[in-house]
Amino acid sequence: MALVRVRNPLRSLAGGRSEHRVEGATVVELLGELERLHPPVAGWVLDERGRIRRHINVFVNGERGGEATAVDAEDRIDVLPAISGG
Amino acid sequence: MTELLVGTKKGLFVLEGRPDGEFAITARAFPGEPVDYAMRDPRSGRVIASMTSPFYGPKLWHAEDPAGEWTQAEGLVLPADADGALERIWVIVAGEADGSLYAGGDPGVLFESGDGGATWELNSALWEHPTRPSWEPGGGGLCLHSIVPWPEDPDRLALGISAAGVWLTDDRGRTWRQGNDGLVARYLPEEAREGSTSLCVHRLRRAPTRPERMFMQFHGGVYRSDDAGETWTDIGDGLPSDFAFPLVLDPADPDSAYVIPLRADMDRVTPDGAVRVYETRDAGASWRARGDGLPQREAYLTVLRHAFDHAGEGAALELYFGATSGEIFGSTNAGERWFTVAGRLPPIYSVTAVR
Repeated sequence: MALVRVRNPLRSLAGGRSEHRVEGATVVELLGELERLHPPVAGWVLDERGRIRRHINVFVNGERGGEATAVDAEDRIDVLPAISGG
Repeated sequence: MTELLVGTKKGLFVLEGRPDGEFAITARAFPGEPVDYAMRDPRSGRVIASMTSPFYGPKLWHAEDPAGEWTQAEGLVLPADADGALERIWVIVAGEADGSLYAGGDPGVLFESGDGGATWELNSALWEHPTRPSWEPGGGGLCLHSIVPWPEDPDRLALGISAAGVWLTDDRGRTWRQGNDGLVARYLPEEAREGSTSLCVHRLRRAPTRPERMFMQFHGGVYRSDDAGETWTDIGDGLPSDFAFPLVLDPADPDSAYVIPLRADMDRVTPDGAVRVYETRDAGASWRARGDGLPQREAYLTVLRHAFDHAGEGAALELYFGATSGEIFGSTNAGERWFTVAGRLPPIYSVTAVR
């Protein structure tokens, strides 16, 4: 299972843990599974269409990934808010 | 005691004060997050707030005590086959049926809650309206910002959408029709105005003691309707500018309205460096400036559509408005004299007052 790492506020919504071992073959499958395991996360990373929100960045082993990026059991996925705002 | 719920770019601020005394911040929630709107349901006492995280999307929250624990509301989503996602919740309004609340949002959507704001359901008739593909967003998005119930009749409702005009229902949202006759979109070429639905309503309010009367601040124009929003008459003559966003009425006087003119569409600040609220007590036949106590020199403020509200009525009417520069001003005598409520808040998106 891949390792998904999140920060607050997602960490609080995901049972207070920042690291989660999650099943899935792609980034969007992992994030969907994370929602299933922790329902309060629903709607925070993926919108109601199942798309990654515009200002959320996902990195797979340190490289920018997208919804369809393939992942395997050894991969590390970081979910981070984009650097933006004022 | 008067309570102000102030939505800002950096969280929700709760201020409390006596009309004849100083106001103090008694709670802050969602620090760092943009809070578009917050209201206290007068029936339940519950506070409901709309927060739009730039990262995690729009969320609606409710709390019995704004200084305590907040719970995220459920059901505020678009259908999974929609072209986009819900962008923002602009406004929350108590309905006339028991426990009923409405929320309006971008892209031009209406939600209803029957349980005091815990769970919500999209109004499908408005969502599926056959004219929707022609609706155009205003500068702030396709925002459903005004929800105007009819006192003691839950079947009747009026909506204001920027920039898709006025929408009316007489069957509790099962069917919708437009109420735009008389509105003039001066921002369109003359030949394009007839029949256009690109109508940028900025704010809509109803006179509670004469509910067929409504007032509207338009994107260039102040209007009155005496037939429940079917037709509109321009009442902007006498104002220094008829461009503005918010609008407030005195609930005791169906001939009353208050607006805060900005210089122009392309220069959205108070005219001549002076902050003035304008009041009519004759349904728009005449207007008079109400600036006593407000900054009258080198003051270029912007007041957004939900940043002006009232508490009480008649001679004891309290008025409060906030600016994007972080000040809140108040009046406890219907605008005759103003005082500074707060001076150093983050940019203010909304003010709601409860007495």
